[in-house]
Amino acid sequence: MMADFKESPSQTAGPYVHIGCVPTFAGLQGMYGGNDLGAKMITGDPNGSRITLTCHVIDGDGVPLKDAMVEIWQAGPDGTYGPTEGFSHWGRQPTDAHSGELVFETLKPGATAGQAPHLLAWITARGINLGLTTRIYFADEDNSSDPVLAVAGDRQATLIAQGGDGSYRHDIYLQGAQETVFFDV
Amino acid sequence: MADHIIAPRDLDWHPKPLAPDYRSSLLRSPNHTRLHYDPTVTEMTGPTFGHGMLGPDDDDLIVNYAQAGEAAIGPRIIVHGKLLDEDGRPVSGKLIEVWQANAGGRYRHKKDGYAAPLDPNFGGCGRCISGEDGSYSFRTIQPGPYPWPNGGNDWRPAHIHFSVFGDGFAQRLITQMYFEGDPHIALCPIVQCIPSDTAIDRLVARLDMDNTVPMDIRAYRFDIVLRGRGATIFENQMEGT
Repeated sequence: MMADFKESPSQTAGPYVHIGCVPTFAGLQGMYGGNDLGAKMITGDPNGSRITLTCHVIDGDGVPLKDAMVEIWQAGPDGTYGPTEGFSHWGRQPTDAHSGELVFETLKPGATAGQAPHLLAWITARGINLGLTTRIYFADEDNSSDPVLAVAGDRQATLIAQGGDGSYRHDIYLQGAQETVFFDV
Repeated sequence: MADHIIAPRDLDWHPKPLAPDYRSSLLRSPNHTRLHYDPTVTEMTGPTFGHGMLGPDDDDLIVNYAQAGEAAIGPRIIVHGKLLDEDGRPVSGKLIEVWQANAGGRYRHKKDGYAAPLDPNFGGCGRCISGEDGSYSFRTIQPGPYPWPNGGNDWRPAHIHFSVFGDGFAQRLITQMYFEGDPHIALCPIVQCIPSDTAIDRLVARLDMDNTVPMDIRAYRFDIVLRGRGATIFENQMEGT
């Protein structure tokens, strides 16, 4: 393959990814009409169960990142990738500048073509040279025959959000004993 | 829309997660290697964004944060090129977002305390959607180099950050564009964690006199390549019938 048509090499998003991707959050008042892309996934009154997913991205010292951004891409409640009236299958959230917390308000995805309900998540920040791809499953679903969880083997607990009744927590560990499984896919 | 099969990513072409000379990577790089699986429908699909969401000045950083009748300070430039895939085909209708420091090398961010002043007429972000032939273009001012805390006398080359979407979410990419001839490229630990000079060269925009507007604005050419998309599943099925 000619180098001209090889993927552009990745570079870190740096410390100011929020300026480019969530400028209103970053303090650029009025940019893009004051609406950060991906901030709201539920935009109408779609069918399905509404869930709240609260996350942190945690470094090797156990400290939550304050300058990260996480995007998710997911099926709708019917297990398809839409489009779905009143619902965006894609969302984007910055980590809070003080707590490092980020929250997705979305719909619980349905099972997809032999896969348990899941979200695809992509993490970028200063110090991350190539965006990190992972998946998020749900503790209150039957995950026993999911083929991607099987790839994660004895580390699959790092991919499963805990909780229920519409409220889930999931922390992403970049390093350490609880290091989250990241995928080359 | 048909789903696309996405070509494998060559991880040896990209920077490694741990790059000791780039200190921020020390505590933020996973120790385990990435586990492989073949893309499923989840990875082969992705969000779409329509031109309808764009404002008239979203692609013009010279004026999109400026007071009426004013403009950002700095060398006026057009940055343009094509969004392609590894098969050389245009990737059309995809969102490209950019962000950058101002002409003095200062970002509009409360964590940036560099001595260079903010420009009241410069915000530092823009976006556009690639055309049918994969082309994109925006206007901005050339950003300045700036020092950054990395343990030594480290200065970033002038650069513009790019965030790019493809057809499938597995093609998602963030990278940086540099400027031809900048001596800081060879000195920068972030650039130099890319394994080969051939790969680094792909992030260096070229002065483009053919598209430079006399007495007005210079042009830089920068093409972006996303992971290849094989024939669509739909097309494969058709070929098999």
